[in-house]
Amino acid sequence: MDERTLDAIIARHDAPSGKLLGILGDIQNQEGYVPRQTLEMLSEKLDVRLSQLYSLATFYSYFSLKPVGDHVITVCMGTACHVKGAAGILQALEGMLGIRCEATEDGKFSVTTVDNKFTVEIARCFGACSMAPVLRVDGNLYGYATAEDLPAILGEYGWKV
Amino acid sequence: MKIKTAADLEAKKQAGLRKLQPGKARIAVGLATCGKAVGGMRVYERLREIIGTDSPDIDLSRVGCIGYCREEPLVNITLPGKPLVILHRVTGDDAEEIIRAVEKGEAPEGKALCRIPSWDHVTGCTFTYGRGFDRIPAYEDIPFFSHQKKVILRDAGLINPEDIDEYIAVGGYTAAQKALTGMAPDAIIGEVEKSGLRGRGGAGFPTGLKWRITRDAKADKKYIVCNADEGDPGAYMNRNEMESDPHMLIEGMIIGAYAMGSAEGLIFIRAEYPLAIRRLETAIGQAREYGLLGEDIFGTGFSFDIGIATGAGAFVCGESTALVASIEGRTGRPHPRPPRLTDIGGGLFGYPTDLNNVETWCNVPVIISKGSDWYARIGAKGNTGTKVFSLVGKVDRVGLVEVPLGTSLNTIVFDIGNGGANNKKVKAVQTGGPSGGCIPVRLFDTPVDYESLNRVGSIMGSGGLVVMDEDTGMVDIARYFINFATIESCGKCVPCREGLKHTLLLLNKILAKKGTKKDIETLAELSETIVATSLCGLGQTAPNPVLTTLAYFREEYDALVKP
Repeated sequence: MDERTLDAIIARHDAPSGKLLGILGDIQNQEGYVPRQTLEMLSEKLDVRLSQLYSLATFYSYFSLKPVGDHVITVCMGTACHVKGAAGILQALEGMLGIRCEATEDGKFSVTTVDNKFTVEIARCFGACSMAPVLRVDGNLYGYATAEDLPAILGEYGWKV
Repeated sequence: MKIKTAADLEAKKQAGLRKLQPGKARIAVGLATCGKAVGGMRVYERLREIIGTDSPDIDLSRVGCIGYCREEPLVNITLPGKPLVILHRVTGDDAEEIIRAVEKGEAPEGKALCRIPSWDHVTGCTFTYGRGFDRIPAYEDIPFFSHQKKVILRDAGLINPEDIDEYIAVGGYTAAQKALTGMAPDAIIGEVEKSGLRGRGGAGFPTGLKWRITRDAKADKKYIVCNADEGDPGAYMNRNEMESDPHMLIEGMIIGAYAMGSAEGLIFIRAEYPLAIRRLETAIGQAREYGLLGEDIFGTGFSFDIGIATGAGAFVCGESTALVASIEGRTGRPHPRPPRLTDIGGGLFGYPTDLNNVETWCNVPVIISKGSDWYARIGAKGNTGTKVFSLVGKVDRVGLVEVPLGTSLNTIVFDIGNGGANNKKVKAVQTGGPSGGCIPVRLFDTPVDYESLNRVGSIMGSGGLVVMDEDTGMVDIARYFINFATIESCGKCVPCREGLKHTLLLLNKILAKKGTKKDIETLAELSETIVATSLCGLGQTAPNPVLTTLAYFREEYDALVKP
């Protein structure tokens, strides 16, 4: 992220309440993850220790420190999605994308394909439980998703057999 | 224009009424997150295209969600003098037929879910749409709706959440006006106390008492905070309340701020709710423009404004001290209480702070508008008012339902939800999310109130009801929640951090069919220890899914272990 963009984000959060999480959230939304170099820049600009920013970025599940691919697939793992088969969706994605869907030691979950086209993440709950199971690709929600629907959904984002 | 007097408010009301009943046809598409996820936007765009070229005389608008999620996308049709008609399962391909019917002054009967001749918006007058369309079923004859009582969701799906005028048209901001211009702060708190309102976040603490404690705290600055972090997976009441009727929340906070003597309010909302955040920002902007937030509200000299702080996904931030840490830009780790948030030194940036859930705030305008007596007659003794639940999982009619407290689980799951989906047998319902428990179907005559749910080992929680059927393995469900709680544990205290981890290992072992009877005993003992010794609510309640499934579905555990 360039300095100008970061300055604009910081300017949007002038109130002390919710400032740090708000800024980190905007970085995450814009970049798809929180780059180390941006954290360093932010640390200097706000005079907040890098270790404090790092602790926030690792504590809260919304942030990821790992770069993501061109398209981010987020599978909802909320309770309603769980009882309606979200695990089956992850399994199907493993097969389609040739990846292993596993959480890392810190409980974070972000797996990117070798060709850097897709990243699979999980979410705690989108609050779209009525149409479980749900997944999101680049901000677009897909309700009542089944493993059979996946080729068509991912096809919209350039996935091929 | 700033609203200062009752006459100013009335003028806005008339402007809003002209939008709701424009004297010509109005089509409104339900566009909350759920409606959008199943193609609501495509319906809206298609309607706009056709209206743009053929029928400029039809008003096209967007509304929130009335809660019948299974039937989405929903579209409302209003024709002058006719009942409002709700169409269901609408697709882009239906747009043409809808417009042709509307042009002829008709409703496309084949797509109609129900008709609403008149509607009680509770804080305003009863709104009369009209008569006719008798072949379309009436709203009150639809089983999903007929057992509900809409107080909080009174406007959801009927007004445009992005237009303050429409909120004012159905009686919005009259309660704030009444409170600020005609009631002493003490009298407002008295009304909230007499109403019997209890915290809708799940703990059920008396709201009026919390307000009084905050008011009595001696400090030169006080905060009021709305918890909109809704971290419970399987629950989305707050999301819809904010997406469908954001001004209701803002009005509740204005009244509360005046009663407690606070000039600054904050809504702490999860980043996973981008649409709710956008609609709140829009609503706050409109309220400022009308002078309902800012300096000298209603010409009373009282000033108050609301900011938004986004959360970043941490279930433990439901714990009040962790939530405050999060807003201050720290990791959300709870500390022992006291000091409580309402104490000097305990709240946000050290100032006394009142924290209430979205739905708690949403109850306030109606209490002031209709009075505490009216409110206290809804629900049961000690459990007054209504509660919104998200009825999801393996139930036939999924959606958001609002019922008086004290309504039985049978009514909610079978009468409203029509039992299991795909004709499967319902086995249990999980209330209260990861802190709650699984209640077996034989106990479904349990009334849904704070105390009765505690008695069966669960909690009210914020309102998620996840239905499980005969195919759901209860040990797997216990593992699901313990896995969730293990990841969400902040790691500060040993019982929660280590205890939950070992609970998870035991459950994994049992599910891998490598467990023994002794493991089940250890599981029970460990769970009780975690409940008794954890620092905060997360740890104290996290073993509930294990304890309730052990109590009610022990045979499923036994079947998995070696004899």
